[in-house]
Amino acid sequence: MMDEATQALHARITQGMPERLILAEMEDLRPYECDGLAVYRQLPRLVVLPETIEQVQHVLRSCCALGVPVVARGAGTGLSGGALPHADGVVLSLAKFNRVLAIDPLARTARVQPGVRNLAISQAAAAYGLYYAPDPSSQIACTIGGNVAENAGGVHCLKYGLTVHNIRALEVVTIDGERLRLGGEALDAAGYDLLALLTGSEGLLGVVVEVTVKLLPKPQLAQVVMASFDHVDVAGAAVARIIAAGITPGGLEMMDNGCIRAAEDYLHAGYPVEAAAILLCELDGTAEEVAEDLARVETLLREAGATALQVSRSEEERLRFWAGRKAAFPAVGRISPDYYCMDGTIPRRELPRVLNGIAALGEKYRLRVVNVFHAGDGNLHPLILFDGNAAGELERAEHLGAEILELCVAVGGAITGEHGVGFEKINQMCVQFAALELEQFHALKHAFDPQGLLNPGKAIPTLARCAEYGAMRVSRGELPFPELERF
Amino acid sequence: MEPTHESPDRDCSGELRERVLAAARARTPLAIRGGGSKAFYGREAVGEPLEMAVHRGIVAFEPTELYLTARAGTPLAEIEAALAAAGQMLGCESPAFGPAATLGGTVACGFSGPRRPYVGALRDFVLGMRLLNGAGELLHFGGQVMKNVAGYDVSRLQTGALGTLGVLLEISLKTLPRPAAERTLVQDVPLAALAIEQMNRWAGQPLPLSASAWDGGRLYLRLSGATAAVAAACDKLGGECLDAASAAAYWMSLREQTHAFFAGAAPLWRLSVAPSTPPLDLPGPMLIEWGGGQRWWRGGGEAARLHALAAAAGGHATLFRGGDRREVFQPLAPALAALHARIKASFDPHALFNPGRLYAGL
Ligand SMILES: Cc1cc2nc3c(=O)[nH]c(=O)nc-3n(C[C@H](O)[C@H](O)[C@H](O)COP(=O)(O)OP(=O)(O)OC[C@H]3O[C@@H](n4cnc5c(N)ncnc54)[C@H](O)[C@@H]3O)c2cc1C
Repeated sequence: MMDEATQALHARITQGMPERLILAEMEDLRPYECDGLAVYRQLPRLVVLPETIEQVQHVLRSCCALGVPVVARGAGTGLSGGALPHADGVVLSLAKFNRVLAIDPLARTARVQPGVRNLAISQAAAAYGLYYAPDPSSQIACTIGGNVAENAGGVHCLKYGLTVHNIRALEVVTIDGERLRLGGEALDAAGYDLLALLTGSEGLLGVVVEVTVKLLPKPQLAQVVMASFDHVDVAGAAVARIIAAGITPGGLEMMDNGCIRAAEDYLHAGYPVEAAAILLCELDGTAEEVAEDLARVETLLREAGATALQVSRSEEERLRFWAGRKAAFPAVGRISPDYYCMDGTIPRRELPRVLNGIAALGEKYRLRVVNVFHAGDGNLHPLILFDGNAAGELERAEHLGAEILELCVAVGGAITGEHGVGFEKINQMCVQFAALELEQFHALKHAFDPQGLLNPGKAIPTLARCAEYGAMRVSRGELPFPELERF
Repeated sequence: MEPTHESPDRDCSGELRERVLAAARARTPLAIRGGGSKAFYGREAVGEPLEMAVHRGIVAFEPTELYLTARAGTPLAEIEAALAAAGQMLGCESPAFGPAATLGGTVACGFSGPRRPYVGALRDFVLGMRLLNGAGELLHFGGQVMKNVAGYDVSRLQTGALGTLGVLLEISLKTLPRPAAERTLVQDVPLAALAIEQMNRWAGQPLPLSASAWDGGRLYLRLSGATAAVAAACDKLGGECLDAASAAAYWMSLREQTHAFFAGAAPLWRLSVAPSTPPLDLPGPMLIEWGGGQRWWRGGGEAARLHALAAAAGGHATLFRGGDRREVFQPLAPALAALHARIKASFDPHALFNPGRLYAGL
């Protein structure tokens, strides 16, 4: 049974779109109550599934007029609670915007709707020998709209960049229903770089209704080296060495022993289960380039202390080496009832120190942490293993996660490299930024959305929230909170 | 690394902040000035000069971490020399337009050079910055790590904003290793249409392209990367191979606009269009760069026509040098213009910074 406010909202939205595209029943709302971070759940008032840009405009205008929060949603694979519904709000799903509109092989661009899955773009472009470079591990499911909202990365971002480096234009609808075209088909656009600003804005500034992406020629050849190490520190130092030598691998990933074992149990990819860590280093380009780089990387890895090296000799073998890495999350899902995936970034030189720090924090909270991450760009994904049914474990996992992120900030890094702040890391934003910067963010948000209706409570904390978090931290006496005096 | 100094490194952020606070109290507009090398660009700025060149010095450069942090007034040449000494470079190959060019001015203009279509724009390499907003608040966004999605991407928003959104104090850029080998090929391609098509077709193949230009019936292609890969690509593409010095001089002449095409007083237009756009319907010579994406044209008095032409080709036109400086950039759609005004106000509520340099009223 809808309450009065929901009824009014429903009535207003049905004026501009068919009722079949509006979900209001509990059992229909249930699938939308969380994203990939399922520990946070909330039912919205309504879920709407518009099919046209005009309907999106209508929904936003309606919500704007009634002062109702709107949470945009792609595939719901986000790992920071970004698409978590608002109790008083509408979830605006872009699922029906799932068409590739045009591919221009000569200009190497694709114009797609926001609900198109990341991998589907590369599949559509494959006929022309082209592909879309950013490849999040969730690429079979996540949408390009969600990728833009999070500035998603992937294994190959070290060489080919993040979402922001691989898009040309966006069509965006603002909270007052206005349609804006940002960027263009050219390599730059007049005025402020709003294309960059919207990328990674987590649905707080506007709803993306069309994306023009840049396509790249498929490299002629890719080969991967798998190097084993008997200490994570040594593997970490090897990463810095490769980058320092002026080599930019297509991907440079690291897995620690816990993760290697989980992946091997799951997939039998031939991973060395005794190794403390492995590095997967992919080199791509022309055949000549790959051969030259491969020889250098093998030497560097040996010099850095690798105990064993394996080089993929066929495309099949290359995919097998990657299979364990790509399936690392589900593999870890099999060895623990629950896991919590973190996303901090650090300067590469701090890898050994931070990995040791994470291990020590794991001991402090009596929880296991396994690591699998984008080592080449210092983007960590510690996976905290816990059992949500065991009393207190979720809270311990959350505290441990918070301390890991604060460790990343302390060594000059960031609390999120690609998953976004969302609902999850809102408190750590108070550690990453001072009050003045947060106020500037709010002012910028106000320029787009003066009522604060787009995805409220996500990404940028209020100063009051930071003060509260600070007070709480100090009372536990664990960490100083120098920002407190500012409030 | 020990850069040679003409004037000492100095952190003047405190004084600069005092200046902004005073300007905010008195509501005095400020014309932010680096080396003055790009004073020709944009609309005419009004305001009291705010000199940035004193606020200079490389603050951090870690070749193994691939980043460099420098104060805004640091000469671009000093940064390039420091990078070169470590076998690195700025991937976007930004033009300086004069020895006085500073990092801050370069970032504020958002200029990129010949490598742009293949390696990335200046904004792609901006990792973070410190700046003063119009309330004189010292703010820090982004950082020195390659991946950082915490908060809105203010650093990239500031890049190319022509100083209208803040006084840039310190900027961190991602650096790149210099390619092991580099070669430039020249081919006779008399027709622009064919040159454009070829540049686009080759960009769609896995070739180590790093620059391209069509100039006076000749197509110039630069290849960079592993030695063997560059050699193989040269064999595949064919054409006359320039010696290293001539090649470097050629690309430098495009980057710095010392090439003969740019000489003389006729207004210079930059048309940024979809790279595959066929030759534009404009009289007289045209110089094409960026795989077809950046086209230079000399001529005057036709702003509306050029804007329409560029818009139809998916892009925009800028009166880059000379001509009537009252109308320089492509007009924005009304809703977008209104949003620009609100964004400006969110950083600079008293309209202190470079008022009117980008658009009237911004
Ligand atoms: C197993 C697994 C592996 C993953 N691996 C990676 C990885 O390697 N790299 C990486 O970057 N991420 C990864 N992720 C995280 C996630 O897939 C990405 O963040 C992805 O970009 C989210 O896309 P989505 O369509 O699922 O968006 P959602 O989860 O639906 O939404 C994410 C955010 O975007 C907003 N949003 C969605 N669509 C729009 C739109 N059209 N307009 C405006 N705002 C919108 C939402 O409001 C929300 O804030 C992984 C997730 C899983 C579950």
